[in-house]
Amino acid sequence: MEMGFRWDFAYEILPQMLWATLNTIIAAGVGYAIALVVGLFFLLGQRTPSKIVNVINRELVEFIRSTPLLIQLFFVYFVLPQFGIKLSAWLCGMITIGLHFGTYLSEVYRGALEGVSKTQWEACRALNFSTVYTYRRIVLPQAFPIAIPGMGNYLVGIFKDTPLLSTIGVAELFHAATAVGGYNYRYLEPYTMVGIIFLTLSIPAAMWVRNLEKRVNVAQGKIKQ
Amino acid sequence: MSYFAFLAEHGPTLLLGTVTTIKVLVCSAILYVIISMIFGLMRLSKKSAIQGIATVYIEFFRGTSLLVQLFWVYYVLPFFGLSLEAFVAGVVALGLNFGAYGAEIVRAGILAVPKGQWEAAHALNFSPTKRIKRIIIPQIFPIILPPAANLTVELLKATALVALVTVVDLTFEAKQINSITWLSAQCFGTALLIYYIMARFALVPFLRWLEVVAARKVGR
Repeated sequence: MEMGFRWDFAYEILPQMLWATLNTIIAAGVGYAIALVVGLFFLLGQRTPSKIVNVINRELVEFIRSTPLLIQLFFVYFVLPQFGIKLSAWLCGMITIGLHFGTYLSEVYRGALEGVSKTQWEACRALNFSTVYTYRRIVLPQAFPIAIPGMGNYLVGIFKDTPLLSTIGVAELFHAATAVGGYNYRYLEPYTMVGIIFLTLSIPAAMWVRNLEKRVNVAQGKIKQ
Repeated sequence: MSYFAFLAEHGPTLLLGTVTTIKVLVCSAILYVIISMIFGLMRLSKKSAIQGIATVYIEFFRGTSLLVQLFWVYYVLPFFGLSLEAFVAGVVALGLNFGAYGAEIVRAGILAVPKGQWEAAHALNFSPTKRIKRIIIPQIFPIILPPAANLTVELLKATALVALVTVVDLTFEAKQINSITWLSAQCFGTALLIYYIMARFALVPFLRWLEVVAARKVGR
């Protein structure tokens, strides 16, 4: 077998890899969208007055957060069909990622809401604002900037965890690299290219998140330009 | 087949896998702590070359996926004549990946030590090595342990990935049993429970204990 990096081979498989990258981006985007919504539901469970719901919610979040995403993927993919629910690998992957990262996002939301000073609530009370109005016009606009760094980090986090989807057969970038590598008996180029593609996407994304954070802080008047 | 019958038959296998998972966890935790100390200090070096190396290392390992790194170490390094055993490859990849995250924690911890401590050590004419070793490092533990504890729980979860490069750990055994018996709910459910118990009732209490000890050591 030829040693060293074969540029011609890398060039040959490049289109295939780039197409698969598109799938990775879609998977990350859809998974993130689901996680954002799931996080809201966990947040609701946390803030409802019912003690039982609080406890169940907390234990569920704790369970999901302290077990590996990989086995959760296997669980959803292999167990649901036994109960007659047949979902595609894509759907299973998206649901699992949404659930897993939803628990993390609910913590981000919680931290952001707690970051809003209590006096803001009291002032709204004093002004006789309704709860909905208080959330919409006073609390959420202040909580959102606090949540942005955390939310951005988990977007990058989900992106980096999408290769796990290949284990249940979702045709994303890593899956494509493994397939190409197996077909040609060469893993050096495909896996190296996966690494480079991830770097070229996630480093700008992380920089963008950092930049966004700074801009929000400036807009909020926390930092002077 | 009842769940108890399942446990009686496959429980020992799963426990054997759990032992491997613990071994992977301990080895990679030791490796990542060492790496994060070294690169966390390098990141704060005044020499731009040293700082640059650390920055590249950190950005590289934080910017790519752990699974990709793991496969690269296991399947690609042999192309360069370096064949690692699956267990070693898994530990190395985990250690390098988490070391990058840990280095940032160490860096933030060192920066969080009050400036007066540096100045006092300087005023007492301590050598730079002694300053770091005797004054700064002992003080960073109460600062870095809480985020490091989170990272270590993430590490336990991440050890599941080594199953994909044929390390026979808990995840590997669960997958194996699943492919023989097709009792997916039982085997993956049990694996999830074991990971949960390890994290919640062993690892987290241990790390909390470490935090308490570290806080007491600096007199808090």
